[in-house]
Amino acid sequence: MGMTMTQKILAAHAGLDYVEAGQLIEADLDLVLGNDITSPVAIKEMEKMHTDGVFDKDKIALVPDHFVPNKDIKSAEHCKCVREFARRHEITNYFEVGEMGIEHALLPEKGLTVAGDVVIGADSHTCTYGALGAFSTGVGSTDMAAGMATGKAWFKVPSAIQFRLTGKPSAWVSGKDVILHIIGMIGVDGALYKSMEFVGDGVANLSMDDRFTIANMAIEAGGKNGIFPVDEKAVAYMKEHSQRAYTVYEADEDAVYDAVYTIDLSALRPTVAFPHLPENTKTIDEITEDVRIDQVVIGSCTNGRLDDMRIAASVLKGRHVAKGMRCIILPATQAIYMQAMEEGLLKIFIEAGAVVSTPTCGPCLGGYMGILAAGERCVSTTNRNFVGRMGHVESEVYLASPAVAAASAVTGKISGPDQLD
Amino acid sequence: MKAKGTVFQYGDNVDTDVIIPARYLNSSDPAELARHCMEDIDTTFIQKVQKGDIIVARKNFGCGSSREHAPIAIKAAGVSCVIAETFARIFYRNAINIGLPIIECAEAAQAIEAGDVVEIDFDSGFITDVTKGKSWQGQAFPEFMQKIIQAEGLVNYINQKETMRR
Repeated sequence: MGMTMTQKILAAHAGLDYVEAGQLIEADLDLVLGNDITSPVAIKEMEKMHTDGVFDKDKIALVPDHFVPNKDIKSAEHCKCVREFARRHEITNYFEVGEMGIEHALLPEKGLTVAGDVVIGADSHTCTYGALGAFSTGVGSTDMAAGMATGKAWFKVPSAIQFRLTGKPSAWVSGKDVILHIIGMIGVDGALYKSMEFVGDGVANLSMDDRFTIANMAIEAGGKNGIFPVDEKAVAYMKEHSQRAYTVYEADEDAVYDAVYTIDLSALRPTVAFPHLPENTKTIDEITEDVRIDQVVIGSCTNGRLDDMRIAASVLKGRHVAKGMRCIILPATQAIYMQAMEEGLLKIFIEAGAVVSTPTCGPCLGGYMGILAAGERCVSTTNRNFVGRMGHVESEVYLASPAVAAASAVTGKISGPDQLD
Repeated sequence: MKAKGTVFQYGDNVDTDVIIPARYLNSSDPAELARHCMEDIDTTFIQKVQKGDIIVARKNFGCGSSREHAPIAIKAAGVSCVIAETFARIFYRNAINIGLPIIECAEAAQAIEAGDVVEIDFDSGFITDVTKGKSWQGQAFPEFMQKIIQAEGLVNYINQKETMRR
């Protein structure tokens, strides 16, 4: 029986020729990641360990991004704890305000993750790097601590679901619509404990930013990881961003999958997940009622990349957000912010009546920079619409693409870009 | 190793945002986190919960954010065990790693009701609803997971192994 792409990467990092689903292995780690929420807990755990230091100061990334720039005194204390730890252990890849960005946009951009890597991160959206053909998965703080100390983590080898993508997405359909469609189809636990392996000739029609968005939300289907084959676009991205050598792994032809789904990208429509689960999806055509909204957020580790900024700007150009609407746009990294500025996108946003923020995860998880009051509704390009996710327990979050979010900001209700005048 | 307590019952897809909302994640103090445990799904939980009580839920418990603060809050609130049909995978790892016993058993999770008194034997995976007089065989922990829980978490377990080696 052959191995899936994920299984091959795990086998290689466990020093084994062959692994199978369900097997418990210990794998070497290429990168261990933490942020300002999860790292302080990990640091506390590490201090309890009988260990002198970190396994490799170049293979740890610490990215304060959630409540940064510090939103309050307690957050400032957490960030200080991370900063001092980074200094004490001479962590190479600690990113201070001014050079930081949202971790899952920042790490690939800085070239810290490449094809064939095994990455753990104390953040559930660590699965993002599967877009580059890496095995990457979210863990908790204790796993992060053990990873920082030993450079190893234990895994149960996952089985996989294969998604065969065909065709080309139509205008205004992006990676977000692809992954929302999939989550709507298989449910929020549809890939529980499993790999989601994306293959097929349709992959070539997805930009790297689309792929990052798709891999990013594998966790929203319960997946352990999401992963893409390494094609010309992925290689070009890595060559542009990284000095590191990468390794290409391919699934065996006789690899076995728990399920195989074929998805025709050309048939997909802009898709919105209604409260309070990412699986509650409707296409834009199925939304017949007026869903009035109070706020739009365009950003996050899911949709804060350059493609997303460009799409939002193409919708907002020459238009204005609806009266009484708050539209908050957060480019995910300093480099994206700079590029968006050079391309004139920020000017378009500000002229349209949106605000542009420094990179932060803030509003996505109800931290700060866009909290919702009771009864308020938000169309957001983020990844979760759970009860209370962005603020009051009686607020509502609708997940959508940057195109739909921007169009909705203009009309004041959930709208597709085709519905604009 | 055994646990016994009164049951708090919840449904499918209880996510870590409702277990401990992000507005409290500017703290990592277990006692402080416990004060807000389950707040966005059950405002009375923290007033009612007694040491040793048990949470029973349906599918995909602990989905969403990887925040270890979620099992930390549950454990610090005094909960002795969580029984569910299935757990989200990061929550599963985190719970074991901090020494919060959890057990998967679909039949038990569906049959047990709020307020029942339930007893769990972790060595055998045996779950008994004392109130209903019914029992089920849940998934027993592999030996190394039992040792992690007995050591109150992965870090203590690693340290104990290190000490023994020396």
